[in-house]
Amino acid sequence: MSQKVFIAFQDNDNARYLVEAVMQDNPEAEVQHQPAMIRIEAEKRLVINRATMEETLGREWDVQEMLIDVISIGGNVDEDDDHFILQWN
Amino acid sequence: MAIKNKKLNLKDKYQYLTRDMAWEPTYQKKEDIYPDEQFEGIKITDWSQWEDPFRLTMDAYWKYQAEKEKKLYAIFDAFAQNNGHQNITDARYVNALKLFLSGVSPLEYAAFQGYARVGRQFSGAGARVACQLQAIDELRHSQTQQHAMSHYNKHFNGLHDAAHQHDRIWFLSVPKSFFDDARSAGPFEFLTAISFSFEYVLTNLLFVPFMSGAAYNGDMATVTFGFSAQSDEARHMTLGLEVIKFILEQHEDNVPIIQRWIDKWFWRGFRLLSLVGMMMDYMLPNKVMSWAEAWEVYYEQNGGALFKDLERYGIRPPKYQDVANAAKNHVSHQAWGTFYQYSQATNFHTWMPEEEEMTWLSEKYPETFDKYYRARFEHWDKEQKEGRRFYNNTLPQLCQVCQIPVIFTEKDDPSVFSHRQIKHEGERYHFCSDGCCDIFKNEPEKYIQAWLPVHQIYQGNCGGADVATVVEKYYHINLGVDNMEYHGSPDHQRWLDIKGLKPLQSNSEKKTAA
Amino acid sequence: MSVNAISEYHAEPKDRVENFNGMQLLYVYWPKHLMFCAPFALLVAPDMTFGAFVDELLKPAAAGHPDSEKADFLNAQWLLNGEAFTPDPASTLIDSGIDHKSMLTVTTPGLEGIRGSAS
Repeated sequence: MSQKVFIAFQDNDNARYLVEAVMQDNPEAEVQHQPAMIRIEAEKRLVINRATMEETLGREWDVQEMLIDVISIGGNVDEDDDHFILQWN
Repeated sequence: MAIKNKKLNLKDKYQYLTRDMAWEPTYQKKEDIYPDEQFEGIKITDWSQWEDPFRLTMDAYWKYQAEKEKKLYAIFDAFAQNNGHQNITDARYVNALKLFLSGVSPLEYAAFQGYARVGRQFSGAGARVACQLQAIDELRHSQTQQHAMSHYNKHFNGLHDAAHQHDRIWFLSVPKSFFDDARSAGPFEFLTAISFSFEYVLTNLLFVPFMSGAAYNGDMATVTFGFSAQSDEARHMTLGLEVIKFILEQHEDNVPIIQRWIDKWFWRGFRLLSLVGMMMDYMLPNKVMSWAEAWEVYYEQNGGALFKDLERYGIRPPKYQDVANAAKNHVSHQAWGTFYQYSQATNFHTWMPEEEEMTWLSEKYPETFDKYYRARFEHWDKEQKEGRRFYNNTLPQLCQVCQIPVIFTEKDDPSVFSHRQIKHEGERYHFCSDGCCDIFKNEPEKYIQAWLPVHQIYQGNCGGADVATVVEKYYHINLGVDNMEYHGSPDHQRWLDIKGLKPLQSNSEKKTAA
Repeated sequence: MSVNAISEYHAEPKDRVENFNGMQLLYVYWPKHLMFCAPFALLVAPDMTFGAFVDELLKPAAAGHPDSEKADFLNAQWLLNGEAFTPDPASTLIDSGIDHKSMLTVTTPGLEGIRGSAS
């Protein structure tokens, strides 16, 4: 059985960079556009890297800033200063 | 420990500001300080194993919440200043907000009370902090929802007394009793019920596709509070999953207790969400996805992945999940038909779907809509257009547990009501399903006291013997103004005025507002 | 099983017959007529005759349905709390064995709801 993790963001300016960074680090992930939101799903694992986000944004970025734009997630969360990881075991 | 970095890393900061703020009591026994931690039979051997994956501390919490609020209220202001209510797709949509304000927002407040209470009950500092943050979140949700909808209250009927109505209106006893059941349970059951079963497994179905639908119907205020609340929910959901894993890892004796709670609260939540199903399929003029599709994505797919993950703890998917999965093709139609026929006692308007909406329903529900529901809907539509709008003037039988009328049908035969009946200590009790009947049998003392609105009316406890008196005096609904048929209502009239359309000649003329 | 509580837990049923001022509750389910979204909940006098119950309560409750005029309820197939039941129109409800919160199911053969959809 397929076991997808997912994350959904508000479709706003911040999310544009998040999606860009996520796709760079998780090329196999699928992006779904729905009214006012963007949902990204991937098999088993999805990672957001601070380094990629900072590169994309061109500024310092705290992983917890993500809390402002996230709508929902599915999967076990592991967060530290450098990553936000969603996964099923 | 010497601090070398100028800035603490996330893990250290969490440790300092959460665990290290707690202390071991010396002159009082722990059992006396946390007297409710034991009685449910959950065994916790090491609270330090509790993980908050977001590692959120108070300072970061205030910072990010303040930012969310600033964004949110800027949008509320813009919405009000620009008469945002005039830009929604159709005033029928506002009825979903009336249901939301009286049915969901009070639950946010109940959740605030619930987390404030259980946060006091855990001897682990990590759990206490997490519950405290969540309590504040829930209070925020309740407030922002009321603020957002106060704008609609200036322009449409039926939004004037939601808190009063939540405690009295017959169908609002469904969400109310759901939360009362959770809040009157012990602290671990409360977390399993609300943090895990509701937040993690089921609230996506309320807040994600419905709020996306609000956006699709031009309601900027609602989508904004919805997604702002949901940004907190993402944290709550994560916590819900961690709570379950933590409890299961602590002791094997916890597994059967948690399984029973998951079975119970999945079923209760699934029943409660029937209301959301009908909001999605019938109350959003522009539709994002059907209830069945939402159920497939957010329960069958996401829930499937979740329960596969929990297998290693000895947890199986909730009992009667198969019944719930089959019901995805029925519940929204059954619920809407119920509200349609008892609309003289609701705080919002109902209507029959228009031609193209019926077509959409047939497409989205190819196996069920035409076969079981279209005939009754077309009959009602015809009756309404001929001036005999159908109302059911006899009160319905209610389920003793979920308190929903016994409207659901059998999984294997959707033309037959699902009804269960037992005798307990000489009294007869009736249920909508095996799921609800099992919940009763596990804790009969809890449910024999249920305040069932239909029975309360018949006992004479709701201000009068006839529907009009109960509705007006006890529910505070303006009969025929706030409720009943949408077409020809003052709200409908106001909408036509807003859109500069001519008033209808009669009920038989089809409206063309768009 | 019973409630797991912090102290002794005792509760009274809220819907005992004594709370209904001399009346009792009766539920009626008319299969294949799911246009009525749930079984009816009726408040009845225990000494009402079965015939009066059908004429004064059931028929008005069912009147909104196009099949109601064709329905011969007295000669239909009845179940009382899931058991076969033969009504006697002259007998009172309580003498017929219909006690508080009983459930009657009345099937009217040949009537299959709106356009045969069990509605």
